[in-house]
Parts: sequence; structure tokens; C-alpha cells
Amino acid sequence: MADRGAVRSGAAAAAPALTLEDGARVGVVGGGPAGSFFSIFLLRMAESVGLDLSVDIHEPRFFTHRGPAGCNHCGGIVSESMVQMLAAEGIDLPPGVVRRGIDAYVLHTDLGNVRIRAPGAEKRIAAVYRGNGPRESEPVAVAGFDRHLLDLAEQRGATVVRRLVRDLEWENGRPRLVGTDGRTTTYDLVAIAAGVNSQALGLLPPPGPGSVPPRTQKTFICEFRLGADGVAEWFGDAMHVFLLDLPRLTFAALIPKGEFVTCCLLGDDLDDALVEDFFALPEVKACFPGSVVPPLACHCYPRINVAAARRPFGDRVVWIGDSGVARLYKDGIGSAYRTAKAAAKAAVFHGIAVADFERHYWPACRSLDTDNAIARVVFGVTHLIQRARFLRRGVLRMTAHEQAAAGGPRRMSGVLWDVFTGSASYGDVLRRTLRPAFPLSLAWHLAAGNAPGGMRGVTEGGPDG
Amino acid sequence: MADAKALGRVYADGEVVFRQGDTGDCMYTIQDGRLEVLAEREGREPVRLAVMETGDIFGEMAIFEREVRSATVRALGEARVLTIDKRTFLGRVQEDPSLAFNLVRMMSARIRALTDRAGERRTGGERRRAERRGEDRRKTGP
Repeated sequence: MADRGAVRSGAAAAAPALTLEDGARVGVVGGGPAGSFFSIFLLRMAESVGLDLSVDIHEPRFFTHRGPAGCNHCGGIVSESMVQMLAAEGIDLPPGVVRRGIDAYVLHTDLGNVRIRAPGAEKRIAAVYRGNGPRESEPVAVAGFDRHLLDLAEQRGATVVRRLVRDLEWENGRPRLVGTDGRTTTYDLVAIAAGVNSQALGLLPPPGPGSVPPRTQKTFICEFRLGADGVAEWFGDAMHVFLLDLPRLTFAALIPKGEFVTCCLLGDDLDDALVEDFFALPEVKACFPGSVVPPLACHCYPRINVAAARRPFGDRVVWIGDSGVARLYKDGIGSAYRTAKAAAKAAVFHGIAVADFERHYWPACRSLDTDNAIARVVFGVTHLIQRARFLRRGVLRMTAHEQAAAGGPRRMSGVLWDVFTGSASYGDVLRRTLRPAFPLSLAWHLAAGNAPGGMRGVTEGGPDG
Repeated sequence: MADAKALGRVYADGEVVFRQGDTGDCMYTIQDGRLEVLAEREGREPVRLAVMETGDIFGEMAIFEREVRSATVRALGEARVLTIDKRTFLGRVQEDPSLAFNLVRMMSARIRALTDRAGERRTGGERRRAERRGEDRRKTGP
């Protein structure tokens, strides 16, 4: 705010400042969560300081089609902390958007399963569709999460332009968006929120010198139709995650949503063979009725951001959402929220020059990027647990004992909960494992769990259980 | 109302979310339904201070103060409520102070409403006193 006042009063440095003034036009490429969050916060903050802006969101999709045409190819989990932050922002997720409230995680291993309940036994994780459901789903009145946010952005005053953007040119120092229909619009600021699965990132020029797009990795997402009763009986309100010794597999989850179950797989060089190997595992088959994996209703191999973009900004242009940086393997919607809000704050309160984004937007990205470095350590340890059966015994035993003792400390449960849900930063998770009580308790459960009969009655469904 | 898909926790009609005097470490948002705010006084019937509706945030004083809950809140019919943890919220506010803006705006609106109500009460009291003085004059004559 101080910067803005100084610039307007002419008291700042002599270099010409780039700021959004009354009547400024802002173009947003992409109407996914990053684009909608950016528009909502930009308009809300501008209003708070009496700044009159107009915002166009360029998004050709309506998010009302079922199947790939209306989908944003994502697991569709809004994390526990994100649900709370959105509520605090006054952005609620109505039941039509939330296809299932999640209040527990079931951890599956070759030694058995353990259920980790949410603190307070409250549903604070939202399983959502990014579009309007899989190809074969029943039509519903309310479209998915992306459409809900886009509608909120429109209610805030943004205009949705149903046009695909194919290029970004410059006109008298201002960015100009070129649509596939040849129409052009010049803006004072352009935010690129197209996402790593959009062609736009390849079509649009980098925002500034030294900008490098993010590195991505292929994932696998599919849907199984079990019907509402089948989902309730076999999955309930729990997300199912797997800690299995399958080469190249990093993370796997089954997420109940309405009449479908979404499966997300993350791994190295993910291909059809890895997908087939995963569904052939008895621990996975056992999750489905009759231990038979149903046919796929819908599937895709979307990409995720696994290494942040470098300098995702320039004068009057900024990349937000996973076009810039995202949390490793988790909470993509939360990353969209954080980067979009940081970019909006920089633009409204400080300026839209490269130096403004460097100083006021990049720290938010860097914070996510630094946490991702810690995440690699956390996932390295998880990888070790996946490979070593004696470690899995200790982890599973410690978790099961904590879950059985109501009101006791949730050391391992809390760590696993936050790693699976993405609720806490990876730095926070790592710090908690370094407190003396954690390794002491784990050492005890490792010893007890690997002693003869040490796993008896600890878990469900396992060979010792 | 009791939608298996929906977020938060469902409170039955009359169920208490928190009681006056409880220690608090969270605030709440109403996802669906209505709740009443009650002032409890020993040996007397509770007095309803306000009725809150979908979208309202309450219990926010516990986020900023270490005082006990200043009133009791209970469901008026079935209501679905989402908890926001103090630790989660304040942790994020350290990173992004603007997160508290919505809360400040809501508290500001609440203070304005209380001020208006206090003003109405004072105006109402003065009017009643003036009416009583008028009646007294009529009874006693000029």
C-alpha cells in the first residue's frame, strides 16, 4: 500500500513505475482455479483501495460438459487447510460442488490396513470434480469446482470471454492477447493461468528475460463407476492411499466421489505397464466389490508441475498457478490459491513491473519451491518405507496404536495425515518427526512390530492382522 | 440437510456448539442452517443475543484472545458447521496477513450493528421517558 501511495504521489524513485490505475484492463488466460482466484482477489483488493479495474478471463470451456471436454484433469482434492482458508475468505464449497466430504484416510500396505481419522471427526477435505464428472456420469444441476470459482469471479465483476488465446503480442509496451478467432485485446496486465496441461503455455512467449517454464511429470487418473451405494459401502467417507513395494510407484490414492471413485497414480516414467501392475496387486483389488477392479469409465495421463518455473513474470505479465510453481505431488488447488493471491496483491498494492513481481510475488513462489525441496526428503523416506518391510511394520503399528488410543498423541498419524492430505507444509511435517518423542516412539514400535506376534490384532486385512 | 457429501459437522436441533465459559481454540463458519447466540446467567433463563445464518462466522474471539467463550451457541434446527483451527488460521495469517481481512470486515460490521442497536435502545428509552413526562404533565395539568 505504501509503495502505491508513494508512486502515485511522485515521491518514489525517478524511474517510471508501472502500476494499475483507475480504468486499467487486466486479461487472465485460463479460467481454472488460479485464474478465478486471481480475478476474485484482484477485484476484491482493488475495491478495498477504491481502484476501478476491469478483468477479462479468457476461458473457452464452460466446465459443464461431462468427460474430458469439461475437465481439468486432476485428482480433485481440496485439502483440509485449504477448505478452512477458503471458508475464512468467505468462499464456501456447497454440497453440489463437494462430491464427498472426507473425514478419514485408509492406509493400505501388504501388512494390512489402518484407518486414520480426521482430528475432530469432521469432514474438512473436499473431493470435487474439476469439470462436470466423468464421461458416463449422471448430469447434475451444479457443475464442478472450476465452474463454481469461475461463477464467483463473474459475480465479483470479472467478464468471462469464451475464446481460446493463441498468442501474446505487444502494442506500445502493453501485452495484447490474440484469440484463435483473430480478435485481439490489449491489456495493462496479463496473468497466464493456463496450467501445464494447456497448449497455451507452449504457444505464448515467456513473460520476460530468463523465464523458463516449469518441469512436468506424467500422472495417471481414472474413474470407476460403483454407483452411490457401492461407493458408500466400499469406500465411505475415506480416501484410500497405498504404501506398496511396487517399483516406480511414488503415490497412489482412491478417492470416493458421488457414484464414482477416482484413482490417482504418481510415479517415475508412468506408463500402461505400471498402471496394470498396480491394479493387479491384491491390496488394490481388495478395495473393490468381489476383489475385481471394475472397467475404467474415464482415464487420462495429465502432467503435473514437479519443478518450479524460473522467473515466471515480466513487465505487465505474470504466470500463476501450476504454470509457475505448485506443491510437489499435493494440493495443486492450494498452490493455485497462494500464487494467485500473491500475484494479485503485488499488482494492486505494489505494481506490475518485473521488479514488483520479483519483490512481492516471487517470495510466495520461492516459499513453495523451498518446501518442495524438503518434500523430496520426505518422499525419499516414504520410498524407503515402501521398500523395507520391517519399517512398514513399525509405521503401521505406531499408527494403529495411536488411532486406538482416543485423545492420545497423534505423532505418526498426524505426520501421515498431513503428508497424505497436504494440510501442513512439508517443512512442518519434517520438523515434527525430529522431535525426540517421535523417533523414540517409532523405535519402540519397530522393535515390537518386528518381534514374533508383534503385529497381531494391530491392523485389518493383513496376513498378521 | 444431513448430506453425506457435505463438509463440516451436522448439529441436531438444540445441540450446543460451544458453551459460555468454555475455552476455545477454533472459530466456525455456518455452511447451512441457523444457530442462536445465548447469554447465560446463573439462575435465570438464557437471553438470545442473536441468530446467525448460512455464511456467518462465529467464535472468532477465541482466535485473537485467550479468554473463554463469551456466549453459548446452539443449533436452531439442524445446522452444518465447519471448524477453522486457530493454529492453522494464525499460521497462514503470518504468511498472508490479508487472510484476516474478511474477518476484520465481518467484525467491523458486527460492531456497527451493535452500535446501531445501542443507539436504537437509547433513542427508544429517551422516547419512552419523554412520553412518560408528557403523560405526567397531562395528569397534573398546566
